[in-house]
Amino acid sequence: MRLMRTSALTGAAFGLALAIPGLALAADPIKIGVIAETSAISGVAIPNGAKLAAEEINAAGGVNGRMIEIVEYDDHNSAADGVRAFQRAAQQDKVVAVIASYVSEVVLALEPWAGRLKMPMITPGAASNDITKRVHDDYDHMKYVFHGYLASTQIADAVCEGGKELLIKQLKMKTAVVMSEDAAWTIPLDEEYLKCLPAIGLKVLDHIRLSPDTTDFTPIFNKIEGLKPDVIITGISHVGVQPTVQWQQQQVPIPMYGVSSQATSSTFWKDTNGAAEGVIYNMVSAADVAVTPKTIPFAAAFQKKFGNVPGYAAYTSYDDVYMWANAIKAAGSTDPDKIVEAMEKTDYVGTIGRIQFLPKTDTFAHGMKIGPGYIAGLMVQWQKGNPITIWPTEAATGKATFPAFIKLPN
Amino acid sequence: MRPLQILIDGFAISSLYALGATGFTLMFGVSGVLNLSHGAIMVVAAVIAWYVAGDLAAGPYWGALAGVATALAFAFITYRVIVRPIQNSPSIPREEKEIFVLTGTLLWGIMLQEAIAYLFTNNPKTVRPLITGVVEILGVRTPINEILTAALSWIAIGLLWLLVNRTRAGKALLAASINPRGLTLLGFELSRIYWLVWAIYGVLAGIAGVLLGAFLGVSSDNAGTLTASAFSIVVLGGLGSVSGSLIAAYVVGYLETLTAYTVAPSIRTLPVLLLLVAVVYVRPQGLLGRR
Repeated sequence: MRLMRTSALTGAAFGLALAIPGLALAADPIKIGVIAETSAISGVAIPNGAKLAAEEINAAGGVNGRMIEIVEYDDHNSAADGVRAFQRAAQQDKVVAVIASYVSEVVLALEPWAGRLKMPMITPGAASNDITKRVHDDYDHMKYVFHGYLASTQIADAVCEGGKELLIKQLKMKTAVVMSEDAAWTIPLDEEYLKCLPAIGLKVLDHIRLSPDTTDFTPIFNKIEGLKPDVIITGISHVGVQPTVQWQQQQVPIPMYGVSSQATSSTFWKDTNGAAEGVIYNMVSAADVAVTPKTIPFAAAFQKKFGNVPGYAAYTSYDDVYMWANAIKAAGSTDPDKIVEAMEKTDYVGTIGRIQFLPKTDTFAHGMKIGPGYIAGLMVQWQKGNPITIWPTEAATGKATFPAFIKLPN
Repeated sequence: MRPLQILIDGFAISSLYALGATGFTLMFGVSGVLNLSHGAIMVVAAVIAWYVAGDLAAGPYWGALAGVATALAFAFITYRVIVRPIQNSPSIPREEKEIFVLTGTLLWGIMLQEAIAYLFTNNPKTVRPLITGVVEILGVRTPINEILTAALSWIAIGLLWLLVNRTRAGKALLAASINPRGLTLLGFELSRIYWLVWAIYGVLAGIAGVLLGAFLGVSSDNAGTLTASAFSIVVLGGLGSVSGSLIAAYVVGYLETLTAYTVAPSIRTLPVLLLLVAVVYVRPQGLLGRR
């Protein structure tokens, strides 16, 4: 009896919805899926950045009168879990676009699914060159994928560019050892490091690839110290806290400079008990630099809401929600092909700079346009608990300083 | 200089392994329980020590104390909630109880691991060391914390030795590992001895966890590896033999350090696993196993 009443009610509701489809549609939120490893520092920044953007957009009236709803999924840093989440997002939860992961291995696994399910997707933090290479090589299938972060090669170039000023000109360094974790994103990174470091005048004495499972870095630092380089050029993301703490505890007298993704979040200072002092890392935006007028207000709002300085993927995922919203607005529909078409025309000033996507003919197809006036790199250093931008000079809020155990050339 | 470096680093890590494995093997010897949530309990101790020392700003000493106390609490919870109900259950056949305990503690360990990842992220935490700075030992720059790690490990093991050999409760513990039945005939209550062994275990695992957190840093992802390394040491030393475990801890610690320095850090644990396979073939009772 009760069942019958319920179904009668449902039927009535359906009837009503059918009778006035416009009304039902207008009330429906636009769902954006966010897939990330939420137990990791860099990962949790992604849903947090996205939620902040959605709140702001909704407070301003939403997109074409519809609210943005962020649907969160945890990929546990696993490609298989990521794919399951992606399928669920597309088929069950009916999201219209996805923001996915900072881990290249996960993004590369999702990419074919974006093509198969025709689901627009952007990654706010993964860096492998293959992400955009696939779009370039197989545009018709892969056009749904956008790269919302720098490709590894571009990151390495930014690190070298900063090194020219900081390491060569200011600190008179001559030699380096490259220390990277063994992962998909560091393959093109290291390849470019080995090219661009000698080009700026740093001789590479050795190239060490370490397992992301490493817990004791003493033998690695010991080996590096034996080579007597002026600087350690890092390419680390899955590891970060442990090498930094051991570097400080063992007083390895060589500065660390390069990419250290975990260092981009303020919890890094706490997790390392301040051992991060002096560590220099690459970012596209930082909380203390007005890369664009949106950067500092975003960082402040993020810190107020979540209690820490946004990690690197928080900036990008925040921008990504805005870009999807704008693309949906411009497309006037949630049809994936129309969204992609509109997204390709993006010219948006976000927290990380002015964003335009490269055309399908470019090797970095659907990657971001890099260079002055668009997206550029910053080098940031942990100083007394604060991330201080030290390069480029015109944006710098401080100068490089190092803990007492570091020995600089001359 | 390099051999000395290996000697020093190997000693510190081996001492820590010894401490971690002692409680683990003692428990097996006395109560026949292999606690597969061992690594997770160590991680809990380290993370709580980090949290209390840093987030609650209580300083490293209170942090360390809180870490050890939490490990003790979790050891009791493991025993009371997971192990004892299985041991006392009339519906599980006697010969299957060990398997149930293994499975139960394994799953409990995974729950703890996930809970830590959820509450504190899986990012590694480093416990603020009690003493910072470095000293030169014959030209090898050694963090004072590393020396402290080895020293505290040995102090804890020494105290355990005194407890087992010099106190009445300790002697009862030893007797329980040799002949539990005889002990009950003498009027001892076995369940009290079990509580005692879990208490000792909790304190040892807690100290080991906090020291590891200060020495290398600990993430919830390490829980499985920590259990596996304690397990390997205990099998290598002979199940239930504390002195066998101590020797095995040094074999494992030095073998790992040697591999990391002379071959590659990424295959650090591989030779130990090969050795373990060989031991299982050639001398399944382990170095000092009683069988």
